[in-house]
Amino acid sequence: MSIVLSNISKKFGQFSALDHIDLEIPEGELVALLGPSGCGKTTLLRIIAGLERPDDGKVLLSGEDKTDHDVRKRGIGFVFQHYALFRHMTVFDNVAFGLRVKPTKTRPSEAIIRKNVHDLLNLVQLDWLHDRFPDQLSGGQRQRIALARALAVEPKVLLLDEPFGALDASVRKELRLWLRHLHNELNVTTIFVTHDQEEAMEVASQIVVLNHGKIEQKGTPTQIYDEPKNDFVSQFIGHTNVFHLENDGDTWLKGSSIVLDNTDGITAHVRPHHIGVEKLDENASSPISLKDWQHLGATIRLELTNDEFKGTAKVIYAEMPSDQFKQSRLKKGDKVALFIRQAHWFNLEKPHVPEAATNF
Amino acid sequence: MTAITQEINNPKTSVTASALRDPDWLKYGLIAVALSFIFLFLCLPLGLVVFQALSKGFGAFLSALSQADTLAAMKLTLLTALVTVPLNTVFGIAAAWSITRFEFKGKSFLTTLIDLPFSVSPVISGVIFVLLFGMQGAFGEWLSDHDIKIIFAVPGIVLATLFVTFPFVARQLIPLMQEMGCEEEEAALSLGASGWQMFFQITLPNIKWALLYGVLLCNARAMGEFGAVSVVSGHIRGLTNTLPLHVEVSYNDYDVVGAFASASILASLAIVTLILKTLLEWKQGTR
Repeated sequence: MSIVLSNISKKFGQFSALDHIDLEIPEGELVALLGPSGCGKTTLLRIIAGLERPDDGKVLLSGEDKTDHDVRKRGIGFVFQHYALFRHMTVFDNVAFGLRVKPTKTRPSEAIIRKNVHDLLNLVQLDWLHDRFPDQLSGGQRQRIALARALAVEPKVLLLDEPFGALDASVRKELRLWLRHLHNELNVTTIFVTHDQEEAMEVASQIVVLNHGKIEQKGTPTQIYDEPKNDFVSQFIGHTNVFHLENDGDTWLKGSSIVLDNTDGITAHVRPHHIGVEKLDENASSPISLKDWQHLGATIRLELTNDEFKGTAKVIYAEMPSDQFKQSRLKKGDKVALFIRQAHWFNLEKPHVPEAATNF
Repeated sequence: MTAITQEINNPKTSVTASALRDPDWLKYGLIAVALSFIFLFLCLPLGLVVFQALSKGFGAFLSALSQADTLAAMKLTLLTALVTVPLNTVFGIAAAWSITRFEFKGKSFLTTLIDLPFSVSPVISGVIFVLLFGMQGAFGEWLSDHDIKIIFAVPGIVLATLFVTFPFVARQLIPLMQEMGCEEEEAALSLGASGWQMFFQITLPNIKWALLYGVLLCNARAMGEFGAVSVVSGHIRGLTNTLPLHVEVSYNDYDVVGAFASASILASLAIVTLILKTLLEWKQGTR
């Protein structure tokens, strides 16, 4: 089921949670709504679900206007952040709930319900827990039961609110991949909310970056990472060095021989792995030296400082493959030469004038 | 040697025990004070009620209880509880629901209002109803024109009891429902449940023990209420005397056995309530 949101706005008192959101999600996508806390991502998810009404705008599911339909009539499955399993029911009864509350005419027989529920529990690999109560399960198990329960009513859209937020790091890693594979298997349009950019990059086929109730950028993980539209997206996704060339700490970069591929802006965002580092002789005249380094597994992170601007110049982070690091025989305190291979330029010094404000 | 092994095997208990150990005289002194207080102010009066009720033998006790006026008082008490408890259960659930599930102006004011019967003296609650529905009251004339009797009649007693016992159910439910949040209910709706299905299959099972507890307290108060009922009842024997009023009337008539026999019924009700309350708390604790 495709989803179209047009001009959605929502205020809580004076606080504008969502500000004229337009978004199209084609059928079958696995979309991440990504943003810092308080950016409106959960509100947007709840509006798609029908748990919240927008102040303004329309929600179209499969081309039909469903703005005024309540959550029961939207054909969605919702997985809550804290799972919201019915605590007085067994796992089996939890999953069967959606089928048992159907009106008599459309309700399947108890035998079919039993088969469907066991099939779903097998799908999430937890059929052996069917007679347990929710408080006897681990976090990861509850998460999967909540998913099975939402899938029982055969939703056309699956909505997940911070699905991995309350889980241990190891369980989270495992469930991320599992969710992606499950999506490939079921091919149900799926939207999930997260504040973790790594999680969004790893799981989603499309990422929508939100900030202050507005969409900053929408695209595939590759697009978002390689072509960030603005400085917010660039800084929010992955690590990045920010150089304000007009500011004290970074003016030395302008006069230096460090290569920047082009200079069409005032602020440069440079990914650590886009900085090349080469060891120099003891008596070479480079102002930059290696302050410290950390082992991150396949890559090594280098902390570089400019000795001439002690105190004002900030640390530059670079990354290189650990094999290359071993070959280069870099040590702490070594003089190095820098090469910036690629940068994203943003004109931050000019105040950003919104379009609507220019017409007076 | 054995002491050391014990300490290693059981480090937590031994540490807390030695750190928190009081001198024996303090421990036993405090226990003695508490026990004698309970004996003096709880057990002794309760025992006295039973003793006085049976002071002229079991036959006198039974015949006091089987008097027409006593039976009428029991019937009226039961009737009052039978009307007020279900009504206040429904009111209490509705009030708790609206306070915990909706945002509206004046919500905190409503929460305060629910507590009003607790903070107002029951006698004043009674007087309010006399001022409203009595002969000289606001609606008195209209009521007597239409031949409706409220004050000095059963409806007045029911109304006063209703007012006094209103907060019990709501007070039990509001904190619980606030703590539970509405995620489970939203989940039920998202799975296609109707409002009633959500209430009976999700909300009610989650609040049932607190609800029962509130109903129990409400019932105990409905049967035992004296002040408010005393003002509106008019003390007409066999007609508008509830059991607590009957105790007072009998005692004023020097019918000691009658008064204490009725009192023993009320006291046993209190004990049954206590036992049920403990059972419910235990049940709530295990869930």
